[in-house]
Amino acid sequence: MSGSTSKHPLDFIIRTERIPHIWCPGCGIGTAFSSCLIAMQTSGIDLTKTAMVSGIGCSGRGAGYVKLDSYHTTHGRAIPFATGMKLANPELNVVVFSGDGDLFAIGGNHFIHAARRNVDITVICVNNFNYGMTGGQAAATTPNSAKTPTTPLGNPEQPFNLPLLAYASGATYIARWTMLHTRDLTKSIEEALQRRGFSFIEVLAPCPTGYGRRNRQKPIESLRLYQERAIVKNGAHPAEVVLDFDQGITLGNFVDVDRPTFTEAYDKICRPGSSG
Amino acid sequence: MKPAVLTGEHFITGDIACAEGALAAGCRFFAGYPITPATEIAEHMAKRLPDVNGVFIQMEDEIAAMAAVLGASCAGAKSMTATSGPGFSLMMENLGLGICTETPCVVVNVQRAGPSTGLPTLCAQGDMMQARWGSHGHYEIIALAPSSPQELFFQTITAFNLSETYRIPVLIMADEVTGHLSERVVIPDASRIKLKTRPRPRGRKDRFKPFHPDLNGVSPMAHAGEGYTVHVTGLTHDERGYPAMTAEAQAEMMSRLTGKIRRNLDKIVMVDEYRLDDAEIALISYGISARSSLAAVDEAREQGIRAGLLRLVTVWPFPEEHIRRLAAKVKSLITVELNLGQIYLEVQRCAAGAAPVFLVGHAGGTVITPEQILQQVRTASGFHRQ
Repeated sequence: MSGSTSKHPLDFIIRTERIPHIWCPGCGIGTAFSSCLIAMQTSGIDLTKTAMVSGIGCSGRGAGYVKLDSYHTTHGRAIPFATGMKLANPELNVVVFSGDGDLFAIGGNHFIHAARRNVDITVICVNNFNYGMTGGQAAATTPNSAKTPTTPLGNPEQPFNLPLLAYASGATYIARWTMLHTRDLTKSIEEALQRRGFSFIEVLAPCPTGYGRRNRQKPIESLRLYQERAIVKNGAHPAEVVLDFDQGITLGNFVDVDRPTFTEAYDKICRPGSSG
Repeated sequence: MKPAVLTGEHFITGDIACAEGALAAGCRFFAGYPITPATEIAEHMAKRLPDVNGVFIQMEDEIAAMAAVLGASCAGAKSMTATSGPGFSLMMENLGLGICTETPCVVVNVQRAGPSTGLPTLCAQGDMMQARWGSHGHYEIIALAPSSPQELFFQTITAFNLSETYRIPVLIMADEVTGHLSERVVIPDASRIKLKTRPRPRGRKDRFKPFHPDLNGVSPMAHAGEGYTVHVTGLTHDERGYPAMTAEAQAEMMSRLTGKIRRNLDKIVMVDEYRLDDAEIALISYGISARSSLAAVDEAREQGIRAGLLRLVTVWPFPEEHIRRLAAKVKSLITVELNLGQIYLEVQRCAAGAAPVFLVGHAGGTVITPEQILQQVRTASGFHRQ
């Protein structure tokens, strides 16, 4: 009885009428999403001035469940959409919540350019190593030799090192956690929301339906790997972080620097007379 | 710092006139990507937007430019981009998002000859069907076709007004010659320019349904950060904006998206009629080709042929009724356009056999001359005397 009447502590920021969500049992997106919502609450940012933007895919459904101004855009285009939104109204906190396929394959170009410009947005990427929604195909993050429906004999490609890509592109806040490291993850997102500039957080999450069952990772085994292989190394140089289920997974807050945002630079150089 | 409306007489290109029209219309956000022959619009906006506390950004490609334009509009800014064929192709994806999410914005296509890279520096009107159907799915769209720099100025204002009124991306289908042509452009006093803004919500924020239409079929639009907690998606959605994956929801949404345009055709469709009252031969043209047609009409009249011109100011939605009425009245119709017959087929469809339809057109690269048109007028005229 309490199940139907008691309120979840995050109900105030969830479109409860849209629950149940689409995420599979054992999926890690929900935990990453909860961390994001808790961080939004604890960071103290003005939630009426906060918008969530997603692309397409399982993680891209995040925008559909959050009770904020929320925008579910086209595949890969959440970041440029968010860029327009932030530039048109710099008072908004703009959070991009999307997946690895969306942000780094079809949307990879937008990611590096938004980081280069230091657009003041927070990008949270749930990396589940595959395209979950379409059935587990290989992504730009799929480990070498992993099996997926489009790499049935094993993946011949190498995955991106996302923190390094973000670093090389100019992101000013970079962290990586797994959804098992909920407290660290929440703390990182909270920090990222409070920082100005382009913040990037990679969240490793299991996809038992798509990735796990083809690569001998049952949900509980993924979590065990996250625990056993984790090497927490705050401040590690992004070029040295590793992501290897056999060798080790470097986690931590890697980069936290300050440089002028796009809007600050635009105001200084292009509109010196403006109030901004 | 110059004001938004540069009242006075100017000698400027169509591209610059377009940018000034946008500023006069209240555009305060431009995202673009360099492309011939539309680059000058972006360059001028980069220079002028800071004057009016607006923002210009050069994006990494036209996909991103179109996405940024939509994001800015959802944050409350009147926003715009400008491109040509190859960039227009890239914009089709997010143009569809703008249509589905009913996000006002203006997209200018200064057409050059295609397909592919085609003739980057030379004119054409080959993207007219892409303007109509270039994004996937069935939809209504508004597209205007300017014939001069002066008209580019005014049409850009009209485009913003239509886009705000009906919450839809509006296309301006210019061409290389009109974009690069320098002519006299008169910019009126700011007080004489009528501006429209998107319908805005009133009443209780917790009861607001972002896609519940008002009487004319358009829903009030809440911006990000106003406390309405809107959800906006490119998925088929109900009036709350929530995804609804059924044939019924699809039918309902589509009837709203198409209905708001179809029900207001009399307010959206604009044409110019020239010497049509007693015409036996009617030219149907738009954009730069309509200017050659105008000269051809006068020349034909001097030679004793009763010719006239129906100039399409709005190309989409197509002025079907005007064509039907004209076809019933004249002896023949001649479509003049810089392609191998796109609007020509639309004219044929609407004429439905009531009058024969001819085409004066070529694949692009140079304008159609009045002489080329006149030749067809004479042929058609002889055709009727037989």
